[in-house]
Amino acid sequence: MADIAFLLLIFFLLVTTINTEKGIYMQLPPKLDETVEPPEIKDRNLLVILVSNDGNVLVEGEFMRLENIREEVVRHITNDGSDPGYSENPEKAVVSFKTERALPYERYVEVLDEIKGAYVDTWNDYARSEFGVRDYPTYQASLPDDDPNTPEDEGEDLVKDRFPLKLSLAEPDPG
Amino acid sequence: MSAHFKKKSKAKQEIPTASLPDIIFMLLIFFMVTTVLRETELLVITRLPQASAVEKIDQKRLIQYIYVGEDKESGEDAVQINDALINDLPDIRDAMYRRLLDEPRTIVSLNVDRDIETGMLYDVQQELREADALRVNYSTASEAPQ
Repeated sequence: MADIAFLLLIFFLLVTTINTEKGIYMQLPPKLDETVEPPEIKDRNLLVILVSNDGNVLVEGEFMRLENIREEVVRHITNDGSDPGYSENPEKAVVSFKTERALPYERYVEVLDEIKGAYVDTWNDYARSEFGVRDYPTYQASLPDDDPNTPEDEGEDLVKDRFPLKLSLAEPDPG
Repeated sequence: MSAHFKKKSKAKQEIPTASLPDIIFMLLIFFMVTTVLRETELLVITRLPQASAVEKIDQKRLIQYIYVGEDKESGEDAVQINDALINDLPDIRDAMYRRLLDEPRTIVSLNVDRDIETGMLYDVQQELREADALRVNYSTASEAPQ
């Protein structure tokens, strides 16, 4: 009897799945303060990605295929001043992501996924070359635990210090 | 003489415990099968998009869920926070503001249907910014949608 009960118990343990929350994590820009002027960003440090209502992607005013965005973003953030068309250094590099209002959400996530993927790729490469670990999550796991009371404090994460995620979810265009 | 009449009981006085594990197991399984984990009832249709550069959120306690999709009854676009549909978008601001007072580390998980226009999403995000709820998660599906 106890054997059967054990089998049942193990069966239920195995078939029960607890769904975990997965998604693209983002930090929204804080509410605009009218009294403070927004900081000036040099044009070369800003990569403007615009998605029109029909799903076409314009990077710096030129059409680009979805699969090329990642490469373009990586080039922008890892440029480090060598090409005058791209950013001066990774700390100053900003990616601006705008869409028109009637764009379906699915396309929005597709493009956002590519941009986030570009950052993840850069972090992985940097962690591998500088710290000799397999990828960025491995490096992150080796860090001492953050104080949970200060969520904004990234601790001693040198990879994120080098390539901070500066993605501006810009104010949408009216209409 | 009196000893002659004393009844001698042959039954043991202990309760037999051999089947106790079985009984406990039965109870355990009974409760496992009948327990329903509390789940939010979705009042809107959300078919999540897919993405690859995703992160897992471990601290489930911190998450507040916002669902944006077609209302199952009326068929119009609607927004649901946790359990309830909301009538006006500014209600999001109030709800999140109150929640943030309790738990400043709150993460808002946005479960948005694939076909919702981003304009709607921006309106929701604008409300979140007003409430200073800046940590958001665009929830995505891990498997192919049915």
